Amino acid sequence: MEDAIPGGSPASAVSVMALTATARDVLEGAFTPLWVRGEVSDFKAHRNGHWYFCLRGEDAQLKCVAWSRERRRIPAPPDDGMQVVALGQLTVYPTRGEMQFSVTRMEAEGDGLWRKALELTRARLQADGLLDPSRKRAIPRLPRRIAVITSRDGAALRDVFAVVQRRCPAVEVVLVPAVVQGDSAPESLCFALDQVARWGDADVVIIGRGGGAREDLWAFNDERVARALATCPIPTISAVGHEIDMSICDLVADLRAPTPSAAAEAAVPVQAELRDRLRASAEALSALTHERVTSAQARAADAARGIARGASRRIERGRLQLESSATRLHALSPLATLDRGYAIVRTPAGQTLRSVDRLEAGALVELVLRDGTAAATVDRVMPNDQPTLTSASVTEAEP
Amino acid sequence: MSFEASIERLEAIAARLEDDELDLDTALTLFQEGVAELRAASAFLTRAETRLKQLNEAADGVFRIDDLRD
Repeated sequence: MEDAIPGGSPASAVSVMALTATARDVLEGAFTPLWVRGEVSDFKAHRNGHWYFCLRGEDAQLKCVAWSRERRRIPAPPDDGMQVVALGQLTVYPTRGEMQFSVTRMEAEGDGLWRKALELTRARLQADGLLDPSRKRAIPRLPRRIAVITSRDGAALRDVFAVVQRRCPAVEVVLVPAVVQGDSAPESLCFALDQVARWGDADVVIIGRGGGAREDLWAFNDERVARALATCPIPTISAVGHEIDMSICDLVADLRAPTPSAAAEAAVPVQAELRDRLRASAEALSALTHERVTSAQARAADAARGIARGASRRIERGRLQLESSATRLHALSPLATLDRGYAIVRTPAGQTLRSVDRLEAGALVELVLRDGTAAATVDRVMPNDQPTLTSASVTEAEP
Repeated sequence: MSFEASIERLEAIAARLEDDELDLDTALTLFQEGVAELRAASAFLTRAETRLKQLNEAADGVFRIDDLRD
């Protein structure tokens, strides 16, 4: 009878293995996962990625483990002495025969773990110089195209789009869809950043999401996302949650905007102002060119007047020269002599006669007077050394 | 050239045109260039409807931007 119950007698003794396994089943059956409050002590992060620690309270302690695969939602390792609440499953670790609390989530008083996680990430980024203010690039004054890394269905995309449409509809908004919360968010955000970098055809990137619970925004505190953001070749604007939420991405981005709408306002100018600026440019261009043309015309007119003055002086000088030459020419001309009553005697061949030597009675000659010529015949030749005179009679005259 | 670059070029052209000593040929060449920039920049501003697109990457890594319908 006693033998029928395992362990009821020496003969039915159960193995240690069987007992601890049964104890584990009993404990796991009796307790669903639950939150436990206590103070952390003896914390140890093992090389294999698991965390071991104790939760203490008054005179009791509970051995705890956080397996590396199951502690993704714990933001940072707790410090000894930290007051925490931990969600876990009570079980038995058969190898050591110990009762053990297997922890999957943990929160510290005053957001201690979140703050610690932020500080750790921040310190690592700082050590690598990624938070250096000199790394911040200027946001282009007017992008052609804005890439928005966010959820396709979230408020952030609608907000960005509405602001761009209102302020500067010439700008194109390109969604680069990403998961923005949950376990897959960091990887998804990194992938989207990588796509934007490889695509390379946006002028600025807005990365963010609308407001939510702290855990919902946590992906934007992920170190991998922060590093991907830091290496983005295009200027970045982070816009995570509401104004009070500050994320690691905010520290790394070239510009931190309090909300997605504010990010869009920072990214695009008001189109009407651009139009005014363009109009001013157009007016300046035309006015200044007009000035240059006018002054060139004035210079050309000056030059023309100069040339004209020079030319008229030369003409006047020429005219005076001509006059004086004409006067001299006139003085030398035999016509002037004829004017005074003299005549020229020529042979019929036109040779002017200066002497009576070659004349003889009966020779034909021409008389040239002021107003015509006359043909004449020599009657008698009387050289000056003889008391004779040359006389001629006119046979024909023509004026 | 982007709107921004056009505006900057226009401002640079205006600055050069302010020079009294600038010869007319250069002034007119600059003016022509300025008019071309004005035309390009105005074309950008005439768009009155923001386009909402989505970046899509094909398996071969080629990017396409498609209209995003609400």
